[in-house]
Amino acid sequence: MNSHVRWRGWVLVGPALLVTLGLFAAPMVLVIITSLYRREGASINRALSLDNYVRILTDATIHQALLNSLEVVALTVAFSTLIAYPFAYIIAFRVASKWQPLLLLLTVLPFWTSYVVRSYSWLLVLAKNGVINQTLVEWGVLAEPLAMANTRFATVLAFTHFFVMVSTLTIYASLRQIPTNLGPAARDLGASPLQVFLRVTLPLSIPGVVVGAFLTFVLAIGDYITPQIVGGGNELLLPQLLILQVSRRGDFPLAAAMALVLLVIVALVYAASSKNLTLERRK
Amino acid sequence: MKVFNAGIAWAFGLVVYGFILLPVISLVVFSFQATALPVPPFTGPSLRWYEELFADSGMIEALANSLVVGTISGVASTGLGFLAAYGLARHRPRGAKIVRAVIMTPLGVSYLVIGFGLSITANELALGKSLVLVTLGHIIINLPLAFAIILSQMREEDESLERAARDLGAGELTVIARIVIPVVLPGILAAFLLSFTLSWDEFIIAFFLADFDVTLPIEIWSQLRTGLDAKTNAAGTLVFAISLVALTLAYILSRTTQRRSKGS
Amino acid sequence: MNGAKLGISNVVKQYADHRALDNVSLEVEAGSYTVILGPSGSGKTTLLAILGGFTEPSSGHVMVAGEDVTNVSPSRRPTTTVFQDYALFPHMTVGKNVGFGLEMKGVPKKERRARVLETLKLVDLAHVSDRHISEVSGGQRQRIALARALIVEPSVLLLDEPLGALDLKLRRTMQDELTRIHRMVGTTFVHVTHDQEEAMSLADNIVILRDGRIEDMGSPARLYLEPATAFSAKFMGDSNIVTGVVQAARNVVETAWGLVEIEQQLTPGENVTLSIRPEHIVEDAQGAHNLGEWTVSESHFLGQRHRIVAAKNHHEILVSVSQGSLHTVGESLKLTIAAKMAKVVKGEK
Repeated sequence: MNSHVRWRGWVLVGPALLVTLGLFAAPMVLVIITSLYRREGASINRALSLDNYVRILTDATIHQALLNSLEVVALTVAFSTLIAYPFAYIIAFRVASKWQPLLLLLTVLPFWTSYVVRSYSWLLVLAKNGVINQTLVEWGVLAEPLAMANTRFATVLAFTHFFVMVSTLTIYASLRQIPTNLGPAARDLGASPLQVFLRVTLPLSIPGVVVGAFLTFVLAIGDYITPQIVGGGNELLLPQLLILQVSRRGDFPLAAAMALVLLVIVALVYAASSKNLTLERRK
Repeated sequence: MKVFNAGIAWAFGLVVYGFILLPVISLVVFSFQATALPVPPFTGPSLRWYEELFADSGMIEALANSLVVGTISGVASTGLGFLAAYGLARHRPRGAKIVRAVIMTPLGVSYLVIGFGLSITANELALGKSLVLVTLGHIIINLPLAFAIILSQMREEDESLERAARDLGAGELTVIARIVIPVVLPGILAAFLLSFTLSWDEFIIAFFLADFDVTLPIEIWSQLRTGLDAKTNAAGTLVFAISLVALTLAYILSRTTQRRSKGS
Repeated sequence: MNGAKLGISNVVKQYADHRALDNVSLEVEAGSYTVILGPSGSGKTTLLAILGGFTEPSSGHVMVAGEDVTNVSPSRRPTTTVFQDYALFPHMTVGKNVGFGLEMKGVPKKERRARVLETLKLVDLAHVSDRHISEVSGGQRQRIALARALIVEPSVLLLDEPLGALDLKLRRTMQDELTRIHRMVGTTFVHVTHDQEEAMSLADNIVILRDGRIEDMGSPARLYLEPATAFSAKFMGDSNIVTGVVQAARNVVETAWGLVEIEQQLTPGENVTLSIRPEHIVEDAQGAHNLGEWTVSESHFLGQRHRIVAAKNHHEILVSVSQGSLHTVGESLKLTIAAKMAKVVKGEK
């Protein structure tokens, strides 16, 4: 390829690059700069300072919100992986090939309903007079309806519901990548079915687990809706805190600093898991 | 691989499907509720709430807005993504790796932060909030996905088809229109469908960037604050139905294009 | 390690739409190198899968060292298989791959390591023991798969087209390796392939499989020089097949090419099929039963020999002549079959 044809590549790629720079890179730079300003009364003091970061490092409320977020997300990752793995395994290996796409489609069906509405659906399902409580009381399992909605339990449940879908897909993908004769080869060498699973299947499906867990982490930690609707806004998580700064207190600089903290956390998690973060088949 | 027996597998599978589909079923069933509250007992079937939905001008406007924003941002992200993928796959400019990394970066950033970033940028530029900003916001979050999907469809083998076309005298635009696009069409459709769906359902960026003209998720959200009734169920079911139709359409379209290209 | 005798009796494998194996019976001698040879669709891979325990026959039995193993799972059967694409575990090192079978048997780590190194030495790969599977070459992977299968000391080693992925030179080298290892180790080898040259170079005994049935069986020399059927004659190398009628003299057959002398005495008037190898057709006008004059229509120089196609009256014959015999297209050749080299075979063309 000669150079005069190579510039064509830049012409084609150019628009996407410009859009990314303008709609993403520039705003992010602005966020960084804004985090170095300070809110004073009704206006913004543009003298650069690290006050907001100091505040984040010392403020107990902010620490609590961070901790809450990490706990909720960790619980979500744990539960969704624990449910999704056997589920994906069953679809990948215990169901005839021709039915698998349909089952996967069924798995992600809720994805096609509106996120806001879905969260609201969970609220109703978990409410004191909702489906679950009414059914359990009718069957005599409960004497009185349980307070399930507007709690951390509800938030984690709703999150898990969503992320089971995500993780099922990623785990299924990596399970299907495993060469099909590895199992018979291991059995030929004396492995029991359990050993085949522990020594061959599980290790080779880890990338799918990691990708699913990573996506869950990134999406959940920045999610405002589910904790707000299903959790009733009763627990202060990072997104709630950030929005609070913006809408109630008008403290954009502090909000910007929080946004950066969020990004750093995600970047750290990415760095820790990047080795496994691929669904490509290992040759 | 019999690690656990078929009975347990079936039971587990059914329980999980029940868990996954419970809110959807509840949503759809109670959209036909006759009384106000979408909780048991089921007093329907009744189309009362669908009537209320279509009579609610706020909702209908928001629905229309969502469709427009979704379509425009979908077309834009898919178009930009296609050009970038094609440029990268075939013309391989120097620094291709960096280009790819740059385009994909927004994927690693929470929508919360992207929306926030765009809102303070708009502020600095004294741009008022509007649906245009929302559309721009949706373009930037969908561009990486459209790019990645279409790029994955561009295989090296197909490059020889393009070379043959050029060899026979086709100009660049012809090659793109008659050779490249038809081959990666399933990817283009998938990218558009995904972009549309993600935009259609997206809340937080729209929340930061919209003014009085809102998208459907925001309208539902504000109505929720004032009171719960089955009209929201109707809205949700409608969204679901439209998404399903779009999905089925795209699937059928991709199958026919695949069949056509396989036949030739 | 000593090989076991393998017995296959009346094995049938029936699928919904076709019968992969039709009443196959076979005895494999302990410690021998047996090659199951056949085209695709012949059922050879199915047979190997049944021997290994990965598929169960619809009916029939498999016996190893006198014991019925028909329903025994692969993990408990005294056989191991070298798979066509090797099936090496991509997430383990070479050493861990080779030692896997011993690990399953509960052999302690120290002993395992020692035996792994010993077995890798057998295939000349002791130096790559700690390398990751993704870092070794195709030829090396083949030997690693072999080492992994041999280390558990199976009574019967099954090989499923093990050399298919290798290029010609590497294949030849590996064939010599397989022979050497077989002699050293003494296990019964059952090797499946579609390559007749490979079969002849490796086997003590060849079994030709066709459409799920045994077509012919015997030593490489016998199968090549005295094929039982037209199919096996054509499968084991180039062959000229011609039909004819037995004459009054009882050991002469009249064919479209001319009169041909055979070894046996048959009933006059009988219809027979004859197979003649190209290298057994010589340029000669002498003798009462010659094939007359032919015209060279193609001549290809193959290095060691020339491959010539000659024609006469719309018939074509394949002749193989020595390196020094140059012939040009259009040239006239007088051909005769070398004495006793026309073989009576069963079956269609």
